Amino acid sequence: MTRTFLGLPTAPRGVGHLRGSEPFPAAARRALANTQLRRNLGRATSTIRAKRASVVGELPDWAELRDAGQAIKAETMAHLDRYLEQLEQQVTAHGGVVHWARDAREANQIVTGLVQATGATEVVKVKSIVTDEIGLNDALASVGIQAHETDLAELIVQLGHDRPSHILVPAIHRNRAEIRDIFLREMAGADPGLTDSPAALAEAARRHLRRVFLSARVGISGANFAIAETGTLCVVESEGNGRMCLTLPDTLITVMGIEKVLPSWADLGVFLQLLPRSSTGERMNPYTSMWTGVTPGDGPQQVHLVLLDNGRTAALADPAGRQALHCIRCSACLNVCPVYERVGGHAYGSVYPGPIGAVLSPLLTGIEDNASLPYASSLCGACYDACPVKIDIPSLLVHLRARHVEEAGWASPEAVTMAAASWVMASPARYQAGQRAGQLGRRLGRGGRIRRLPPPLSAWTAARDAPVPPAQTFREWWRDEHAGAAR
Amino acid sequence: MRIALFVTCLADTLFPEAGKATVRLLERLGHDVEFPAAQTCCGQMHVNTGYAKAALPLVRRYAEVFEDSDLIVVPSGSCAGSIRHQHAMVARRYGDEALAARAEAVAARTYELSQLLVDVLGVEDVGAYYPHRVTYHPTCHSLRLLRAGDRPLRLLRQVRGIDLVELPDAEVCCGFGGTFAVKNADTSTAMLADKMRSVLATRAEVCTAGDSSCLMHIGGGLSRLRAGTRTVHLAEILAATPERPA
Repeated sequence: MTRTFLGLPTAPRGVGHLRGSEPFPAAARRALANTQLRRNLGRATSTIRAKRASVVGELPDWAELRDAGQAIKAETMAHLDRYLEQLEQQVTAHGGVVHWARDAREANQIVTGLVQATGATEVVKVKSIVTDEIGLNDALASVGIQAHETDLAELIVQLGHDRPSHILVPAIHRNRAEIRDIFLREMAGADPGLTDSPAALAEAARRHLRRVFLSARVGISGANFAIAETGTLCVVESEGNGRMCLTLPDTLITVMGIEKVLPSWADLGVFLQLLPRSSTGERMNPYTSMWTGVTPGDGPQQVHLVLLDNGRTAALADPAGRQALHCIRCSACLNVCPVYERVGGHAYGSVYPGPIGAVLSPLLTGIEDNASLPYASSLCGACYDACPVKIDIPSLLVHLRARHVEEAGWASPEAVTMAAASWVMASPARYQAGQRAGQLGRRLGRGGRIRRLPPPLSAWTAARDAPVPPAQTFREWWRDEHAGAAR
Repeated sequence: MRIALFVTCLADTLFPEAGKATVRLLERLGHDVEFPAAQTCCGQMHVNTGYAKAALPLVRRYAEVFEDSDLIVVPSGSCAGSIRHQHAMVARRYGDEALAARAEAVAARTYELSQLLVDVLGVEDVGAYYPHRVTYHPTCHSLRLLRAGDRPLRLLRQVRGIDLVELPDAEVCCGFGGTFAVKNADTSTAMLADKMRSVLATRAEVCTAGDSSCLMHIGGGLSRLRAGTRTVHLAEILAATPERPA
């Protein structure tokens, strides 16, 4: 029997926010020129880095916790089909309804249909990056349903007609003066005398959101974890606004990527230690909400779970790439990344920025649609050290670069150069001939340095001098020095 | 001990002083250094740019050339890191399990210079003399891939006459990253600017590291600015003596 494997479907084009409008180097160039952005990012990431380092340092078994987190995720991915069916069975048994969404379009159709069935024209949302991945707010708006983001940072982003730039702190690129301006401009009934003190800004948001919470009939959430053995969903947050969204409306719709399932409560214990310390630098997050289907007479009486693929099965099909699905969205890798710290999240073009985004986004969309992202790293390895589930992001980046080259073919000028370099290096005679040719570069030297080289090396000499090739290579010196002893 | 030198294509072609210093240092410590002339390049640039397949012949060449060497030294954290962490992976990617096994065996005998000195040769005071103000940049692959830790600093602290000053934010990448420096030149330059700010804040005359590639980047930036601080490979400092200054 022969079968033709056509590849698994990736996240569709034209919907959601997994692709940027320009390649990373161009977007980064613009971001680097924004001095305010760089200052905001530098301050915010260095603060979170220090907090994380301090609470991680308190745990004598941090290394073992990471090993456990990695092992649980690997086991879950190996049997994802089984755990998802168990989850469906348990949620259904407890009065919830489970929907399976192949991609962003299907998920948006399911959710808008569910909201329309309630007759509501407004929904409240608790921070859910996956609904941003699928562009749910746009889909809701297109049928006349207004979504209110209730996480403070998400609210700032929504009111500013902006895009999130960080997984955990989506408004990290804004400082408090900018936030005050956004509130004054966009928040109905904001006090014209509003100052930029954090307390005053929080109070303004609180008053605005209270009105929204008390009238909302439908809540939409993401999920940090889903426990297969009991069908329990879990959201961790800091503000309590999530708790309001999850308990006040009569209808609760949760959209969750299929990789978020965990087999058991014992597994959850590991992640509730790993996640807060890695993300906010806290020992425990302030609010952990968990619900299992419907509790009659208490909380939402209509509970839905939308399980989203949107390219995840395609990522799972890549034996090396699948570890990107282990990500628990803590954002520790963003905060330690020297590239992210300088360019911010928007340059990555996807709701998933930073090192993990540079591997996850191309895996979900197919590499062709995010081809510049695997190269958006100096491979310094800080992300791997910080990752609470030990995702080897540098190796994944290198793997995706190789996949990109293999899929794109060997016809580009770069590929020709690389093939030629390999041919030269594969023979000592050709290599030495190459060195002699390189010594002609001595003529370019002025005062012991080279100030200008032709493209593509002009990208180097735009900001750095290049070394002048020495009169004698090492191997020439060795031959002179150790004559007769050559081997 | 007999020690084979893998000098790296970069040091061979552009920074021979790092290779010469490695030879002088090890010979001064009483070891026999050999230089197998059939060596070329470890293939790191190919692998990290996505051309793993083009690296395959280089992985094979390295394994063949150093098959009979008991101990191999590399004056580069990133090349040693590539040999140890990428060579077998590249072979496996293209289904060559026999080569992967050979590559792993040779990689296990391959050491970055500071690790060779401290872990294998058991020496921290190499008898060097270097009367300059120096700051040390740890380089990402020495630090996070090879886990060289503070070995280079332990070696530097024993150097006579040295004025060793700590580099602020030392563990942050300088922005080189191989072809990253060209493909993402703007971001690379922004990272370099911050690294140079740290280096210059130390008021050091010399910035050192165990990798010529990172030093080429930092040094290229400092030279462009005429900043008055130069870059020198760790081996050159450790090889320096009053009779033979670097």
